[in-house]
Amino acid sequence: MYSASDLRKGLKIEIDGEPYVIVDFQFSKPGKGQALYRCKLKNMISGVMFDHTYRSVDTFKPANLEERKMQFLYAQEHEFCFMDMENYEQTFLSEEQVGDASNYLIDNLEVEILFFGERAIGITLPNFVDLSVAQADPWAKGDSVAGDTKPVTLETGYSLRVPPFVNEGEKITVDTRTGEYVTRVKE
Amino acid sequence: MLQGSRNKSAESERERLYHRRSALRLRSLMVHAIRDFFVRRGYLEVETPVLIPAPAPELHIDAVPVGRCYLHTSPELCMKRLLAAGYERIFQICKCFRHGERGHLHLPECTILEWYRAGAGYRDLMSQCEAMIRSVAGDLGFSQMLEYQGSAIDLTGPWERITVSEAFERYALLTVQESTANGSFDELMVEAVEPHLGSPKPTFLYDYPVTMAALARLKPEDARFAERFELYMGGIELANAFSELTDPEEQRTRFQQDKARRMELGKETYPLPEKFLATLDLMPEAAGIALGIDRLAMIFSDRATIDDVVTFTPEDL
Repeated sequence: MYSASDLRKGLKIEIDGEPYVIVDFQFSKPGKGQALYRCKLKNMISGVMFDHTYRSVDTFKPANLEERKMQFLYAQEHEFCFMDMENYEQTFLSEEQVGDASNYLIDNLEVEILFFGERAIGITLPNFVDLSVAQADPWAKGDSVAGDTKPVTLETGYSLRVPPFVNEGEKITVDTRTGEYVTRVKE
Repeated sequence: MLQGSRNKSAESERERLYHRRSALRLRSLMVHAIRDFFVRRGYLEVETPVLIPAPAPELHIDAVPVGRCYLHTSPELCMKRLLAAGYERIFQICKCFRHGERGHLHLPECTILEWYRAGAGYRDLMSQCEAMIRSVAGDLGFSQMLEYQGSAIDLTGPWERITVSEAFERYALLTVQESTANGSFDELMVEAVEPHLGSPKPTFLYDYPVTMAALARLKPEDARFAERFELYMGGIELANAFSELTDPEEQRTRFQQDKARRMELGKETYPLPEKFLATLDLMPEAAGIALGIDRLAMIFSDRATIDDVVTFTPEDL
């Protein structure tokens, strides 16, 4: 169990059977008064946020969360299928749960799937993913200046801006935290 | 690799301390100006022991134990023993230790300015607070108009004076009586009342309910309230002051009540400060005040967090 003095930004606790993460935290203590732990909490499944002020006598159950290394297998109607690399068990995440991570999901990509108990609730991507450029306009030499970029579309359908020298069919590394181009992959 | 990461943390420490440099310089000048203010007015600067056998048994202040003693949570008890021995005007700037207090306005090790004046009441201290802070602002080269985190603070007198009851009527949904009865006083104070205090003029919030009297004297004309005030600037509580309680029996009763309530809450209890209680009936009528040096430095240097006005926070160590 956690006590109120353990509360801090990023701590994950269980409330009414659901996992919550503390997204904002403020310690307050009016003169001669009691310590107040003012939290903004986010439900890790629904994303719903709420504010609550706890006191030093309150205790908290740690959220039973576990990350498992899994491989992306395939997408089907609003669902994404992943396989546990140790026991080959398959699990599904909804489109909503995957969110923008779908921009980087290529077959066999290794990711971390977050479980609350036995329930898959979220995904963590590697920081860098290599993806093929599916569509790009050719670079017209001469009419560009340093610092220019051009739009390309990747094999996952994700569009971003890259330096002009990147060609269709080449692979590039993308930073999944920012969604930005990092470098061209030398084959 | 190891070498690299070590350099990186040394680098970020350099950056952090560089960022704090102007605030630390201002803080140093501020402390000099405060000393100057009191010394010129005939106050004796004293140092009382930090390591004490019996801290004041206040309900919500937890002392850090060291061996069989404790680090003091404020120098109050020893300074009052000096008052009882005939020292009439004394001040002290010292570190105080309060277990578990950490936030953007709190450090478990903070610096407090505490001063006492025999023959004075809490209203005298309000005036003296105004004079002291105006004087320090002048010494630091500020005009009487400060800006703190986007809010104006106008130091010209008179400062706002509002009772706790009036403040609750004005800013909170419940009265003081209602909120103390249902246990929501602290929440309402922090969430509804405090944000309104101390801007544009600094605010003296005064006359606390008797249940929050601590070491303050009750109002002779209305014993439901204690002669206690807190000073706010820009929504931040800066100081706490009392017309001091000088009745040893009343003080003993309050200590015992707080001790009993600490025990109920499962908190550590401390031995009663008997030597303090034994000298209390020799103590003259007096008023005393504790002011947070770190927080005053935050205001003058316009910093949003207490971290920015100290050399190292506990997390930096």
